[in-house]
Amino acid sequence: MLLQVDGLRKRFGRRQAVDGIGFSLDVGEIVGFLGPNGAGKTTTMRMIAGYLEPDEGTAKIFNIDVAQERRRAQERVGYLPEGAPLYGEMTPWTFLRFVAETRGMSREAARHAVRRAAQDARLGETIDQPIETLSKGYRRRVGLAAALLHDPMLLILDEPTDGLDPNQRHAVRDLIRKLGEERGLIISTHSLEEVEAVCTRAIVIDQGRIVADKTPAALIDEHGSLERAFQTLTRGEERV
Amino acid sequence: MKKRPGLASMTAVYRRELLSYVTTPTAYVFIAVFLFAIGLFTFQVGGFFEARRADLTSFFSFHPWIFMVFLPAVAMRLWAEETRSGAIELLMTLPAPTWSLVLGKYLAAWTIAAVALVLTFPLWITVNFLGSPDNAAIFTAYLSSLLMAGAYIAIGTVMSALTAAQVIAFVLSVLVSFLLTALGLPLVLDFFSGFIGGAGAEAVARFSILHHFDAAQRGVVEFRSIFYFASLIALCLGFTALAVDARRGG
Repeated sequence: MLLQVDGLRKRFGRRQAVDGIGFSLDVGEIVGFLGPNGAGKTTTMRMIAGYLEPDEGTAKIFNIDVAQERRRAQERVGYLPEGAPLYGEMTPWTFLRFVAETRGMSREAARHAVRRAAQDARLGETIDQPIETLSKGYRRRVGLAAALLHDPMLLILDEPTDGLDPNQRHAVRDLIRKLGEERGLIISTHSLEEVEAVCTRAIVIDQGRIVADKTPAALIDEHGSLERAFQTLTRGEERV
Repeated sequence: MKKRPGLASMTAVYRRELLSYVTTPTAYVFIAVFLFAIGLFTFQVGGFFEARRADLTSFFSFHPWIFMVFLPAVAMRLWAEETRSGAIELLMTLPAPTWSLVLGKYLAAWTIAAVALVLTFPLWITVNFLGSPDNAAIFTAYLSSLLMAGAYIAIGTVMSALTAAQVIAFVLSVLVSFLLTALGLPLVLDFFSGFIGGAGAEAVARFSILHHFDAAQRGVVEFRSIFYFASLIALCLGFTALAVDARRGG
C-alpha cells in the first residue's frame, strides 16, 4: 500500500481541524480532496507531508510512519504547498538545485534531477529568470518541479491549479494525469470539473471528517451532479 | 563523494542563504553601514589619533555596541521571513534534520559578519604604518570579536525563529543583546552591588558579553571567555531548533 491513513486528528486551539480521517491510496490512483474552505483538506495534507504532527492517528507511506520516521517518509513524498511559496530572488534553476541538494543529492545528481523535473514541468525558457518576475502559472510549475525532483511515488498537491488561466490549468491537468499513471496522487481543489477530468477517486471532506469516498462517476450517479453532491454532503462555514 | 545527508542539507541552506544576502542589497547595505559606524566611533568618539598609540583599542572597544544593533539586523530575516512568506512549509517538508537548517542559516549570517570584520583591514594597515603594534594581539582580538559576533547573531537567530515579524525579531534581539552586554557596565554593576553586594555584582558581570570581551580586545585569550561565547551560541541555536520543531505540533 502506497499510503495508509488512519484516524488522523488535529486540533488548533478550540477548533478541531481534522477529526478522524482515514483512507488508503494505491499506485495509479489520483485522489481529489473536495470540501469547503476550512474543512481540513490542507491540514490533512500537511500531516501526510510531515509538516504538522497529528494529535492522534497515523499516516504511513510504504508502511513508514510519517510522525515516527519523518525524514525517511519525506524522502518518498513530493509536496506542493498551497500557494506554492518560493524564494522570489532565486531563479528556478538555482531554486531547484537548492531543493535537490537540501534533499541530500550530490551536485551531479542534483543537476540531472533539476534538468529532468524542469522538463516534466515544462519550465522552458523561464529557468534562468528570477522567480518573482514569473507569472503565477510558471511559479506553480516551479513548485511542481520542486515536488517532482526526487521522483517520488506519492505526490501531494495542494490546489495545483488555483489561480491559473484556462490554458495553464489544462497544461497542469495533463501533467497530473501523466504523473498519475505510475504514482499515487492526492490533489485538493475547488474545481469540480477538475475532479471529473483527472481524478479516479473523490474524497469529500467536511468539518474534519470524510463524508464521501467514491469515484466521481458514482457521486454523479447518486446525486445527479458533482455540484449537487458537494452541496448535499458539505455544510461548510456558510451554512452552519 | 556522498556527503552525510545532514551536512549536504546544511551546505545547501548555507549557500542559498548567502546567495540571498548578496543578490538583494541587504548584505551591501549592512556592511557599508557597519564600516561607516565603526569608522565614526573609532576616530571621532574613540580618539584613534589623539591616543597616539599604535594599537586598535579604540576600534575594538566599540564592537559590542555596534554589533548589538548591526547583527540583529543581519539575523532578523533568517526565520521570520520564511514564516511570513510560507516558504517554511517547503523547507520543513524536505527530509533534512532541523539542526542542518538552523546551522546553515546561522553560518550564512555569521559569514556576513566575518566579511564586514575583514573589510576593516585598512585600520590594521594604518596602525602598522604609523607604528609597530602587537599584531598577534590584534589578530587575537579580531578572532574574539568574530566569536562575539557569533553570539549576537545566535541571539538574533533565536528571536527570528520566535516571530513572523522581522521588526519584532530585531527589537527583541537588540533588547536581549543590550541586557547581556550592559550587565558588565560599571554603571549597571554599581546598581547591582547596592542590592546584592560587590561579590554578587561580580557574579552578574561574569555573565555579560562585555566582561568576556574586555580581556580579549587587549589580545588576551581566556579559555573561559571562549567557553562563554561558545555556550551562548550553542544555547541560542538549541532553542532555535526547538522553536522551529515546535511548529510541527501546530
